[in-house]
Amino acid sequence: MECVFGLVGNDYAIVVADTSAVHSILVHKSNEDKIMVLDSHKLVAASGEPGDRVQFTEYIQKNVALYQFRNGIPLTTAAAANFTRGELATALRKQNPYQVNVLMAGYDKEIGPSLYYIDYIATLHKVDRGAFGYGSYFCLAMMDRHYHSGMTVEEAIDLVDKCILEIRSRLVVAPPNFVIKIVDKDGAREYAWRESVKPDATA
Amino acid sequence: MSIFEYNGSALVAMVGKNCFAIASDRRLGVQLQTIATDFQRISKVHDRLFIGLSGLATDAQTLHQRLMFRHKLYQLREERDMKPETFASLVSALLYEKRFGPYFCQPVIAGLSDDDKPFICTTDSIGAKELAKDFVVAGTAGDSLYGACEAMFKPDMEPEELFETLSQALLASVDRDCLSGWGGHIYIVTPTEVKECTLKGRMD
Repeated sequence: MECVFGLVGNDYAIVVADTSAVHSILVHKSNEDKIMVLDSHKLVAASGEPGDRVQFTEYIQKNVALYQFRNGIPLTTAAAANFTRGELATALRKQNPYQVNVLMAGYDKEIGPSLYYIDYIATLHKVDRGAFGYGSYFCLAMMDRHYHSGMTVEEAIDLVDKCILEIRSRLVVAPPNFVIKIVDKDGAREYAWRESVKPDATA
Repeated sequence: MSIFEYNGSALVAMVGKNCFAIASDRRLGVQLQTIATDFQRISKVHDRLFIGLSGLATDAQTLHQRLMFRHKLYQLREERDMKPETFASLVSALLYEKRFGPYFCQPVIAGLSDDDKPFICTTDSIGAKELAKDFVVAGTAGDSLYGACEAMFKPDMEPEELFETLSQALLASVDRDCLSGWGGHIYIVTPTEVKECTLKGRMD
């Protein structure tokens, strides 16, 4: 089952997502990147219906880019999160709502790092730590126990590894591989992969 | 589980002597899981008017945005703040617009109307107004809140006593409801000032 989680540190935000693309009982890809780099300083980790996930996050990404082209300045993380919520809320009462849960992490110069929890029915909340999926039961508990504000990157990655270990050992259909991405003043980038099953070289 | 109980909420407003108080819990949940313990359910429309929205959080957020928009437009056109009675009618109208595809919210409106007389009101999810002289409640802990408020309410309480009474009523009620709690937010509004406090209760 899909696991997405994230946390905010003193001057960075980290999001982690599993990398399995699953169709019923078949894992057809184990290196699917579910964390999109929205712009230079924003990350969107999405989980949910696969088609909706890709379509919706690309739609958000293109609209965020359009705003920057039109106005010459990038959106703040809060603005991008509220735009995302607005799109989900509008689609909610139409023919087919998007079934995508989103964790949006970003870094703004004056505000610092932030993390927004947006679930598939467009509930928006700014959080210090958040998680979606079956993995959330383990991740939120681990983060509640070990998280404190002002963690260094190393401490945070250590906590992320604890969460991944917990998912791997306690979740019956635990995804084998995870990708970790970080956003800080230097931008949004991939931090590391955690692979316990090497993806097929020919895939 | 009913859609009104998806996120969990508790809201109550009570009338005092030329003042009112409005309080809510702080939990945001997704059925059995708690997502956040600092969720704001009550928002200020203007210095003498507050609205709390219980029920489904996404609809509460959408409705809040629509109401703030309508009030700002009203302020631009009329060059004054909306009276609580007018605002209550606005809320009722917006909710009834969606009669056959409603917002799953139950608002609680509290304000000071002319002559500093406190006004409280709640509506159901399709805009049926219920005006009360003493207290109004909403949310998953609504039934408990009715009992606690009925037992603790006295007419014409001063702000300090009203604060104590409402806090105790809220905390006692949310302790009996697993979907709401994690502390409380309370606003005590008099003609001269607005006091905002955070309550610490059973953090579960």
